[in-house]
Amino acid sequence: MIGLEQYLSLAAGLFVIGIFGLFLNRKNIIILLMSIELMLLSVNINLVAFSHFLNDLVGQVFTMFVLTVAAAEAAIGLAILVSFFRNRGSIAVEDVNVMKG
Amino acid sequence: MINADIQTVMPELVLAVFAMLALLGAVYTGKDKVARLLVWATAAVMLALALWIGTNDAGANSAFAGSFTDDAFSRFAKVAILISGAAVMLAGRATMERRGLLRFEYPVLIALASVGMMVMVSAGDLMVLYMGLELQSLSLYVIAALNRDSTKSSEAGLKYFVLGALSSGLLLYGASLSYGYAGTTLFSGIITSVNDGHVGMGLLIGLAFVVAGLAFKVSAVPFHMWTPDVYEGSPTPITAFFATAPKLAAMGLLARVLFDAFGGAIADWQQILGLLAVLSMFLGAVAAIGQKNIKRLMAYSSIAHMGFALLGLAAGTVFGVQSMLVYMAIYLTMNVGTFAFIMSMERDGKPITDISSLNLYARTEPLKALAMLVLLFSLAGVPPMVGFFGKFYVLKAAVEAGLTWLAVAGVIASVIGAFYYLRIVYFMYFGEENDGVETNMSPAAWVALVGSAAIMILGVVNLLGIEGAAATAAAALVN
Repeated sequence: MIGLEQYLSLAAGLFVIGIFGLFLNRKNIIILLMSIELMLLSVNINLVAFSHFLNDLVGQVFTMFVLTVAAAEAAIGLAILVSFFRNRGSIAVEDVNVMKG
Repeated sequence: MINADIQTVMPELVLAVFAMLALLGAVYTGKDKVARLLVWATAAVMLALALWIGTNDAGANSAFAGSFTDDAFSRFAKVAILISGAAVMLAGRATMERRGLLRFEYPVLIALASVGMMVMVSAGDLMVLYMGLELQSLSLYVIAALNRDSTKSSEAGLKYFVLGALSSGLLLYGASLSYGYAGTTLFSGIITSVNDGHVGMGLLIGLAFVVAGLAFKVSAVPFHMWTPDVYEGSPTPITAFFATAPKLAAMGLLARVLFDAFGGAIADWQQILGLLAVLSMFLGAVAAIGQKNIKRLMAYSSIAHMGFALLGLAAGTVFGVQSMLVYMAIYLTMNVGTFAFIMSMERDGKPITDISSLNLYARTEPLKALAMLVLLFSLAGVPPMVGFFGKFYVLKAAVEAGLTWLAVAGVIASVIGAFYYLRIVYFMYFGEENDGVETNMSPAAWVALVGSAAIMILGVVNLLGIEGAAATAAAALVN
């Protein structure tokens, strides 16, 4: 029988993978965007699991809002990425280094 | 029922509808040619709304089943947000135009970010909190990268986006845990599950994640690393906006979550906030010393100032919240003036931000140099400028709440921090001869600079009455 703990552990695992993806990734900014998406989606698993086990619909409503915002965030992230690529000619993480100190 | 709800959110609705109409109108007519008109119109709408909210004494209303709160606290924050947003936009208009950056999206995005901030300080539910925060953040990511042809500006936007999205993720994870362990997303529901004096482990982890997410937004150490890069890379009038209204909005949101939702667990979050405050004050004071770029210096300065504001919040009392609000209002005024000066700094038509270019500035422009001297003294907290009283109130609140060690640390940090403000004053009055700097100011920027410097001196009398308003606001939040 799969209970709340299993869902919460899965979400926590995915969330941690997302955070590690942000910090350990040294290659490509697209991977950063994927990591961010993974974090937001793991939160959705949390919300839906809680919603089911609490018998309360609010969690699923929250999930809908999160999905919408995640879509907007991805759109804006890609737009900024395109403008960065036009100026810098690269989307490697190590090239995001004009400002330092 | 629904009519009363809509009446409560009317200011937000007006501004949101205005922003959307402005976007439509500008796209269908002259695009960037109407940008100047749009800046004036947006500023006028924001100031009119500030007047409306400020004079509306409606007590405390909540709308949409408690998920949106309109009380003295949110009204105080909204008035400050709208006025500082409009002031920054008016003061920066001429600079944006000279740099060829006055696009019609600029006022529209500022208006949308202001709607988000107004929703943030009124949030009464985790969902409303998240939506308000995201509306603000997404608008800010875009304006950080407004200068599409500049590597620095798009890099600033990219860094802001990635780290901002990380912080939203942390906040959201905390919100989901709070929902799960409290069984509701309403702040009024969460507080009842905390109030028995004991906070469950799940809720405590949720609280920690929410505070970490919001600490990113106020740029408190150790979540501050985006601040200097974003401040440096963005066009200066936009940096001025980042340094003012969003900071107050995030502070207001933090206060709202901590007192409305976790008000029964003050001992649990007091330590987290105290730690954030001490780290921010010291890092802000020490790291700014080596900076050569005045925008990066202002970034560290704002980190240090956020540390002081968090100190007021950490006190966990009515007076603590009052001191935080007073401090933030003074901070906004100082920053509007300082940035009005920084954005006018140029040489041969190109913007410059080197501190060394200010050498002997007082010889060419004595009045502006004097205004900057007053503002920098006030930022450093030198009596008798108003900035001193902001720090004094915060420290007093910390001592009264038994956080004497934090207050002592605050005094030490402010002494260290005074060095780099005074160094700029030294350059302006006694520096060495060099190429110098031109500061062509529009009348609006001049009024912002000289006006805020005048407030720093004249406000000594009674802080221009904000003390009473902040007391009412704090009493509405903490009960």
